[in-house]
Amino acid sequence: MLLYTFRRLLQAVPTLVGVVVLIFFFVRALPGDPARLYAGTDADRATVEAIRQRFGLDRSLPEQFVYFVGGLARGDLGRSFRANMPVKDLLARHFRATLVLASIAIVAATLLGIMLGVAAARRRNSALDLGITSASVLGISTPSFFLGILLIYVFAVKLRVLPVAGSVSLKGIVLPAATLAVASLGTIARFARSSLLETIGNDYVRTARAKGLDPRRVINKHALRNALIPVVTIVGLQFGFLLSGTVIVETVFNFHGLGWLLIQSVEARDYPAVQGLMLVFALQFIVINLVVDVLYGLIDPRISYE
Amino acid sequence: MSDAPATPASDALAPAQERAPGGFSRSALGRLLRHRSGSLGLVLTVAFAVLAVVGPWIAPYGPAVPDYTHLAKGASGAHWLGTDAFGRDTFSRVLAGARYSITIGLAATVIGAFVGGAWGLLAGFLGGWFDNVSMRVVDVLLAFPGILIAIGLVTITGPGVGPVILASAVFGIPVFARLARGSTLEVKGRAFIEAANALGVKRPRVMLKHVLPQVIAPILVYATLRSGSTLLVASGLSFLGLGVQAPAPEWGGMLSDAQLWLVVQPLMAFAPGIAITLAVLGFNLLGDGLRDVLDPSVGR
Repeated sequence: MLLYTFRRLLQAVPTLVGVVVLIFFFVRALPGDPARLYAGTDADRATVEAIRQRFGLDRSLPEQFVYFVGGLARGDLGRSFRANMPVKDLLARHFRATLVLASIAIVAATLLGIMLGVAAARRRNSALDLGITSASVLGISTPSFFLGILLIYVFAVKLRVLPVAGSVSLKGIVLPAATLAVASLGTIARFARSSLLETIGNDYVRTARAKGLDPRRVINKHALRNALIPVVTIVGLQFGFLLSGTVIVETVFNFHGLGWLLIQSVEARDYPAVQGLMLVFALQFIVINLVVDVLYGLIDPRISYE
Repeated sequence: MSDAPATPASDALAPAQERAPGGFSRSALGRLLRHRSGSLGLVLTVAFAVLAVVGPWIAPYGPAVPDYTHLAKGASGAHWLGTDAFGRDTFSRVLAGARYSITIGLAATVIGAFVGGAWGLLAGFLGGWFDNVSMRVVDVLLAFPGILIAIGLVTITGPGVGPVILASAVFGIPVFARLARGSTLEVKGRAFIEAANALGVKRPRVMLKHVLPQVIAPILVYATLRSGSTLLVASGLSFLGLGVQAPAPEWGGMLSDAQLWLVVQPLMAFAPGIAITLAVLGFNLLGDGLRDVLDPSVGR
């Protein structure tokens, strides 16, 4: 188990190296001159040149790359052009908001998704099943930017019970979290439903039924536990997508998290900030996949680690 | 953001062990039509595809024609879905916008499936260092949440229809590459390929004549499933202001403009929003139906 975890960690290393290289060149490929943007439109050449030197943008690409990687090794992500503060601090400032938002969304999506999926599977082909399956696919198909606007219209404009703009507060986080959760909720519900249906078809479930166990007990005690194992994977993957989904949802609600910051930084050609953000998004994704893999093995002892 | 509603690429996407040759037979279409939600998806998809062609022609007004005497009005006999902030007819803009949104979504999916599929087929078939390097690159691409790659690319290329298609296509390439490689590896191990090799059939011919037909069905099913999320990403780019620019009536861009006017005229947002949702729903239902009918093991 420990060995497997370690090997899985090692596997992530080449991916991480690729990510760092890709991010560096991506940011350099962006059009526009960050030094000029930073200096402002009415700055003279000398000022722009001075800024270029201060940010190290006058050096050759290999030099900049070595500087970037060297900084990374020391945990230094550089200084944001736009916010004029270390990127690390800038990210830290916005990270909490996104983490709170995404966590609420994934917890809600998982609990509700499993409940709905199980309820649908219990009464297969009933009106309830049809309703839940239809709602799930509708939830998956609705763009988050439309759903967000719809929720703003109903709850903020018409009913006036919740604020238009999102923030990390009890009231301010409800609408963005709900918007973010819906697509994952639909996916998790569908997956839980099909997983439980598949498990119910197994021999041991039939045996349990044949020996006269209460049908509710058969599902709760025997089928459900096994059916939920693959759901772990889908929840993990959804959490990864959720974090990137914050880019759009945070823009709709003007919610100042990492996704919102990314769009702002891209517009300002804030190289160090975009680099840092891309790195954080990729890191989150890699770590989540790693955790899901390891967790999967902990839950299901049948999986071997060769 | 639901940029990947279906199960992402994994071994679960490997094709079934045995599949009847010639997956898309007439009986498959028949079974699809009897499939309740699948047939609904087919109807919706065909309807939107037709709309993408005829939409701009049947629109009662020009999509960019302003009417400064009727700004942000509600539904009326003259303007069925009201007008926007410039007095442009919302109904006409939604109809004309189908050509942008649907075409972009479909083109991006087809390009992504083609490039990714070809890449995965080659990697799986050739094996060796090319396969190794390819899969490491795919790993790196998949380490970024999909929409981030699309945002990144479209920021480099600048806004416009072409760049959005490119960015949304690249969003799908690594997933299709991995799927095609998995299917190829599985097919490569079967007896009839060994037989072809033993008979001395040339390698390119084995790949194109014997492996490719087996790999194409899962890719087609997955492409249909994927076109919904591709449309979501493409219109999402325009919503963020990075994609198709005003005054083009792209649905995502229309929603972005409409959000500012939500209090005054909500119809401006509802019309394009419902259009995108129905189109994506159509693709998703059709994809689910195709998967059920053709190959139950793809992307469960």
